[in-house]
Order: sequence, then structure tokens, then C-alpha cells
Amino acid sequence: MNPVNYLYLAALLFTIGATGVLVRRNAIVLFMCVELMLNASNLALVTFSRLHGNLDGQIIAFFTMVVAAAEVVVGLAIIVSVFRTRHSASVDDTNLMKL
Amino acid sequence: MIEIATPLTGAASTGEAVQFWILAVIAVAGALGMVLCRKAVHSALCLAGTMIALAVCYMAQGAVFLGVVQIVVYTGAIMMLFLFVVMLVGVSAEDTVKDALRGQRIAAVVAGLGFGVLLIAGIANAKLRTFTGVGAADAKAGGNVQGLAALIFTKYVWAFEVTGALLITAAIGAMVLTHRELTEERQTQRELAERRVRLGTQVTPLPAPGVYARHNAVDVPGLLPDGTPSELTVNPTLRARGQMRDVSGELVDRMGELEASTAGWLGRRTPKPRHSTELAEAPASAPAQAPASAPAPASAPDVEESE
Repeated sequence: MNPVNYLYLAALLFTIGATGVLVRRNAIVLFMCVELMLNASNLALVTFSRLHGNLDGQIIAFFTMVVAAAEVVVGLAIIVSVFRTRHSASVDDTNLMKL
Repeated sequence: MIEIATPLTGAASTGEAVQFWILAVIAVAGALGMVLCRKAVHSALCLAGTMIALAVCYMAQGAVFLGVVQIVVYTGAIMMLFLFVVMLVGVSAEDTVKDALRGQRIAAVVAGLGFGVLLIAGIANAKLRTFTGVGAADAKAGGNVQGLAALIFTKYVWAFEVTGALLITAAIGAMVLTHRELTEERQTQRELAERRVRLGTQVTPLPAPGVYARHNAVDVPGLLPDGTPSELTVNPTLRARGQMRDVSGELVDRMGELEASTAGWLGRRTPKPRHSTELAEAPASAPAQAPASAPAPASAPDVEESE
């Protein structure tokens, strides 16, 4: 097996995540789809690290994980505070700025 | 030094190929399940499965440290955070089915398919054949963890420090966003008690839920002396959700069934069925006697009214 299959898997997972972001309405599930996309890019980075034979790809994947953790913390805090004021986790209901 | 499936060369062994195909199926199934499940809890569990599969993929490719971090940070911390928020927001909150924009879903799926085809065609076009493998780089530093540590604290030390600032900002941001300022002073127990007496609607504590002889679950309302369930005994949250269990009628029926089946099993003939058939037949035989007795009931209401 050619290890390039890992890249195909990463591309497939990224696509599923991106489609999920467009299709779903629940803000929490939306966030999970973003996490899936980040994970897919991490898999691609690890595979690139293997392709080139150095560890830089793994380092960048590591930093991606750290940034993803920070992003999730702030994003979920925003979802909770929006839920408190609007009693809904749907992204369609957050339309106060709409004319 | 850890040496699990660390490929010294870039080529994948047969074992890795088998592992890859199993994990790829699990990962894609989990991802599809996440997008397609209507409930957020199911989506979260599907995503956790995908993440574990990816962690094993990292380890198989020689990124042992990242595989462990993936399990500890992603499936351990981030997914549990997700589950906490799902529980806060409401487990039963389902996604809306209707489209806000007409045809948006179909357009999204078509766009996703096109994007995937482009991405995969691009990777196929790159014709990546020779994979060097991280074995040599690991061996030079004395191990995967040592190699990563050397890079983090030399070449990427600036990024590492910025990451620290980012994490502190994120922690403070989360605290600021979820903090709720009290707009008025918190009332003491004494003030609450005085207010309750002044209002006079419900001075005593609320009655307890449950029917002591049979149920004491919190979702079972206590029965009033006349047998009707009392709404006051059930927690307002359960009342609002409509998760109250009314056992007054149901229990009487079940006891009746139980008594009948016990009697049948013991070989006794209960008088009850005979009664009920008699009652059922009674209206049929009634018309024969009706003319004689009819005037009396008909006149009875008049008498009562006149009194």
C-alpha cells in the first residue's frame, strides 16, 4: 500500500467536515465538524512529515491541536452564552443583526 | 525507546495496509455518522470514534507522541467539553429539518462533492511515490519525543511561547464570556422566608412527590385525597418538559390485571368477568322492562328541579 492513501483519507474526512458545516444547523454539531476538519488536516500533516522524513510536520500538527483546544474553549463559551440569552443553539436563530 | 510500528522506511507493510483499511472505514463511518445523526450526543460519540481511529493512524505513521496527545487532548478533554455543553444546552434538542434558504442543503452537498473531487484529484496528480519515513529523523534525535522536544524548544520556540499567550487568552476569554454579573444583591434565607409569609401563597414547603405505597420517583406526582395527581409535587423543570408520569389510573388498571391473572392461575373463577358480561348484556334486555320503569327516571329530574 502506498502511504498516499492516508492523504486520500484526510481529504475525504475534510470534505465530510466541510459539508457538515454547510448542512447542519446546531451550533455544537457545527463546531464538531470544524474539529473534524482540523483532525483531517493533522492527519495530512503527519503524512507529509513521513513523506519528507523530518519532524516539522508533526510539530505543526501539534500546534494545530493546541490552537484547536483554545478555539473550542472560546467557541463553546460563546455557544453557552448565546444559549442563555436566546434559549436556542441553532445558528438560524441568531439573526438579530439582520435587517 | 518506543518502537511500535515506527516505519524505518517510508513504505507501508502489509500489516499497516490491513490496519489502514480497517481504520479508514471506521473513521469515515464515524464522520458520516456525525454529520447525519440528528441528536448532538450521537454526533459527539461518532466523532470520538473517528478521533480514536485517527490517533491509531498517527501512531502507525511514526507520530507516537501525537497519537497519545490526540487521545488525551482530543478524545479526553475536547470531546468531554463538547459533551458537557451538549448536556447544558439540552440533550433532547434536535436539529431543525426545514431549510432557512431554499435548496441550500442540496447546493451544500453538491459543493462538498465538487470540493472533495478537486482535492483528491489534486493529491492523485501530485504522484507521491517515495515516502522517506520519519525513522531516520527519530533515530538522529534519540526518539520521537526527544526529536519533537528539540524542535519545539529551538526552531519553534517563538511559536511555542505565542501558544502560551494564546492559551491564557482563551482561558480568560471563556471565563469572561460565561461569567454572569449579579444585578441585585443575593437574598438571604431570612428575607426569602419573610417574603414567603408576606405573599402567603405557599407558606409551607412544597409537598413531596411520589405515592409512598407504590412509587417515590420524582417524576410521579403525589395524589390528593380524591385520587387526582397534584402538580405542585413535581419539580417545575420536569413539569415544563412534560416528563410527569401519571400513575393514578394506570396503577389501578395494572392492579386489576394482576389480580385477575393471579386468580386465573390459582384456578379460581373470579366473579368479576361474570359481572361485566351481565352488565354488558343488561342494556340489551332492558327495553323489555323499560316501558314500565321509564316514567320514573324521566320524572325524577323534574322533581329535583322543582324542589
